[in-house]
Amino acid sequence: MSHVLLSLALIFTQLSLLAFGGGNTILPEMQRQVVEVHHWMTAQQFSALFALAQAAPGPNMMVVPLVGWHVAGLAGLLVTSLAKFGPSSVLTAAALHAWERFKDRPWRRIVQNGLVPVTAGLVSASAALITEASARSVVLLFIAGVSAVLGVTRCHPLWILVFGAVVGLTGFGQ
Amino acid sequence: MSLPTADAALDDARPVPTRVQLFLTFFLLGMIGFGGVLPLARQMLVDRRRWLSDEDFVDLLGLCQFLPGGNGINMSVAVGMKFGGPRGAVAALGGLIAIPTAIVVGLGVIYDHYRNDPVVRHLFAGLAAAAAGLLIAMALKVLQPLRRRPVGLALAVSCFVAIALLRTPLVPTMLVAAPLSVLAVRRFER
Repeated sequence: MSHVLLSLALIFTQLSLLAFGGGNTILPEMQRQVVEVHHWMTAQQFSALFALAQAAPGPNMMVVPLVGWHVAGLAGLLVTSLAKFGPSSVLTAAALHAWERFKDRPWRRIVQNGLVPVTAGLVSASAALITEASARSVVLLFIAGVSAVLGVTRCHPLWILVFGAVVGLTGFGQ
Repeated sequence: MSLPTADAALDDARPVPTRVQLFLTFFLLGMIGFGGVLPLARQMLVDRRRWLSDEDFVDLLGLCQFLPGGNGINMSVAVGMKFGGPRGAVAALGGLIAIPTAIVVGLGVIYDHYRNDPVVRHLFAGLAAAAAGLLIAMALKVLQPLRRRPVGLALAVSCFVAIALLRTPLVPTMLVAAPLSVLAVRRFER
């Protein structure tokens, strides 16, 4: 048990410090670790947990406590939350003053612009992997496609999730 | 901070939140923010609470996007830290994730309990497909600015291939891709 908690702590600390460009960039690595490396769940279960987290309000990364809970109960939830939200938060708090002092330095923009392609590649990878795991029939693929189009048109995400759940509920084509 | 005197005077007029107010405001944001909390955070912190000016918000957002971590999470930490020090940061972050954590665990318990019920399974399959679609939409949005940037697009495609197709671990990928990307964008895009 404590071995599992230690692994969770290490994995999510690493993810915390690598999540440049927001939480969605680290989904592929999170999936790789919990599915392929540690076999704590299947790829389908992982995307189901991701979907549950999207159905909840709040920050994007609520899949983190959920994965912890699924793997090791309350202790797992606490460990993954602390490991994922702690290190990046300490970094943010520590960098706040320096950031205000270096307000007009050009390197700020250079680094920010320079990381855009990496972020774009990683978010695309997340989308591909989650879609591969969750759109496993023609109807589910149809739901994903329509949701993507609706998402681009700035339709409220909650309505899109309701749409997916309702079409899924009919069981049609599954 | 070297603000001109007029701005400094205006900043003095802004209310400075207590830790309890920080907690409660981010608690509310966590409860009502769907699909990320940032758009609501701007409205709440700038327009309604008036703790930050528009410029302050954009500047803090820059920091949150620059550093690793979720943008909404980092924003709560930065605002909490700015007004209440480390304990303010803990109050804001704790407020933000309290309700969402309780809700996801609730949903997780329901899912685990009824996982083998076909109706629930169908419902969650549809939900998962829709969540995947939302991710595709987000990917299209972040790819959009790269349309006329061949170098940037090539870098994005390389990262995609490494992570999604070759499944290389993130640490070595980032160690190579991040510096390469910053240097290439600086060298080839003006």
